[in-house]
Amino acid sequence: MDPNAYVVLSAILFTIGAVGVLVRRNAIVMFMCVEVMLNATNLAFVAFAHANGNLDGQAIAFFVMVVAAAEVVVGLAIIMTIFRTRRSASVDEENLLKY
Amino acid sequence: MSIVAAATSQAADASTWEQSAVFWVCAILSVLGAIGMVVSRKAVHSALWVAVTMISLAVLYVALQAPFLGMVQVIVYTGAVMMLFLFVLMVVGVDSSDSLVETIKGQRWLAILFGLGVGISLIAAEGNAIVGPAVGLDAANTVDGGNIEALARLMFGRYVLAFEVTSALLISAALGAMVLAHRDRHTPRLTQPQLADARFLEAGPKGNKPVPGVYARHNAVDTPALLPDGSISIDSVPGPMRARGALRPVDRANLDEVTDVFEGEAVLTATPQPDDEGVQ
Repeated sequence: MDPNAYVVLSAILFTIGAVGVLVRRNAIVMFMCVEVMLNATNLAFVAFAHANGNLDGQAIAFFVMVVAAAEVVVGLAIIMTIFRTRRSASVDEENLLKY
Repeated sequence: MSIVAAATSQAADASTWEQSAVFWVCAILSVLGAIGMVVSRKAVHSALWVAVTMISLAVLYVALQAPFLGMVQVIVYTGAVMMLFLFVLMVVGVDSSDSLVETIKGQRWLAILFGLGVGISLIAAEGNAIVGPAVGLDAANTVDGGNIEALARLMFGRYVLAFEVTSALLISAALGAMVLAHRDRHTPRLTQPQLADARFLEAGPKGNKPVPGVYARHNAVDTPALLPDGSISIDSVPGPMRARGALRPVDRANLDEVTDVFEGEAVLTATPQPDDEGVQ
């Protein structure tokens, strides 16, 4: 099994996540796309750790997971707050800072 | 754990066809999940597709000799994070599907073009980053007796400062989420009787109207009902008959009242005089 295949898969997943962030308008779905991007980087970390015989990549992937969990908690709380005031989860509606 | 151990031991030999099979199945599943997430109209479907992607990635972690990360992936991502997503989706509204209207013209095609560019350059840049066969983690994993023990040595040794900072981050995130999700109540919470009163006040005029003839001496459909105070209830007669003026008052007092109502000066305080003959 070519170890580069994992890296290529991680690049593909990252790309799909990035396109999703650009294309979708629902804030929650955009968040999911960001999660997929983070997971893709995690896969790259783990693949490189496996390829180099070094566990540092796994440790960093673990930290990425922790940061992602914290980010999800705060981000979803922000989305809930915005939804409570604007009754919408669409990023097109969030133009309070514009005026 | 026997599956994990089997997968880990199989992964040791980097050229076995089992690892290739695991990789291709999980790779196709994860890419399918990611694409499904992007193209699903409903946010709940997107969440389920993301769960597919994350479980496939967990299997890939195990195949890459990272059983601890695989388990953490299942527990934290598919367990906690996706449930949080679904919970917020339920609060925000399940049927809040995305609109297909493009706010910026041509943005979708530009985004796909951008994605193609990013993907091609990423694959070109790091697609051949690993030269030679993978070293494998057999040596690193067996130094301390296993993957978890080796990770623990790293976590509480070289990365102990980052680990402690992580705890501060998690506490701040929990506090921030609580502050953000907390809502100050400006008005006192309505009690059950107050809610019932509000509902009645709102639905009062829309409630059941008296049917024609109630308490009157006739129950024909053109006879207005009498209210408890003796006045007539003009609403009790069907609208078309009211429009035609085809009302039959039960007595003379009511006749005057009906004329008043039709002339725009509604006098609804007349007392009934049951001795009078009804005007036919």
